[in-house]
Amino acid sequence: MKIIVGRDLLLANNDQAGVNRVLFKQSKVVAINLISSPGSGKTTLMEKTAGMLAGRLKIGVVVGDLYTERDAVRIEKAGAAAVQINTEGLCHLTADMVYRALQEMPPEELDVLFIENVGNLVCPAAFDLGEQMKVAVLSVTEGIDKPSKYPTIFREAGAVVISKEDLLPYTDFDLDTCLAELKEINDQLKIFITSAKTGLGLNEWCSWLESLAGAE
Amino acid sequence: MHELSLIQALIETVAHSAVENDIAKVNTVKIVVGEVYGALPDALDFAFRVLTKDTVCEGAVLEIDKTPLVLKCGACGSEYQPDEINWKCPACGAGGVTAISGKELYVDYYEGD
Repeated sequence: MKIIVGRDLLLANNDQAGVNRVLFKQSKVVAINLISSPGSGKTTLMEKTAGMLAGRLKIGVVVGDLYTERDAVRIEKAGAAAVQINTEGLCHLTADMVYRALQEMPPEELDVLFIENVGNLVCPAAFDLGEQMKVAVLSVTEGIDKPSKYPTIFREAGAVVISKEDLLPYTDFDLDTCLAELKEINDQLKIFITSAKTGLGLNEWCSWLESLAGAE
Repeated sequence: MHELSLIQALIETVAHSAVENDIAKVNTVKIVVGEVYGALPDALDFAFRVLTKDTVCEGAVLEIDKTPLVLKCGACGSEYQPDEINWKCPACGAGGVTAISGKELYVDYYEGD
């Protein structure tokens, strides 16, 4: 017997993402899905952001990792609320995982919620978490071809944080070419060139977050 | 390997439907996967073989229909397959496009006894 189904495979995730989206809107929180390769500096960026915005914005971070609670511990030490999700091998967060994390960290108590996705440029781009915006992080130590090899995430992102700018002299990363490629993929992208070590670009990044939170 | 999540969702969908339709064994499942998801047929096949163990889909054949990404320009109406990086309309250079193919991700049908 042949059964015609026609059911969207991501339906369950998308339904849950819709629930999350309503929750974020009602809570007046800006939810940002933070996506990058492993080792780009997402957690360090979260630490610095939490430190700089302490007393100005209430920041929460849902941290997705395959294993360990190390990142959540680091972020809490920096002064933000944090909940760790261990995906135990799954390469991306799902809307349901985020919803369960929100039971531990009520969004109405926050101004900005970062959802630090599992380090991976491919799979997280396919799973809607209900966020208002995706932000991609790209470190200068990765080489400049990440945007052209993984264009989907840079096309869907609202902003890109280029991290580890202080290491530019030690790499062959061509910033101008990278910026040109990013513009070609998505000319609406807001781009921040940053260094967590020297502080470059972090004021601009934090001001932008404040303006997003103020707009909510 | 988001193919694992997709196949997990696929098996849940088919298993649910099989119960409703009184089907004890599924022989074939056909899915439609748009190019934009970057799902690899080999990885989908591998995930299907691993995850269907002890389910109604165990031993079934997975057929994959991969649809190409086709965009339609919002300004001039041209339909085209974009360059990987540059999605702008090759005819008029406009940036506003909608995908008319390549974003599908669903179970088309399955066959069973």
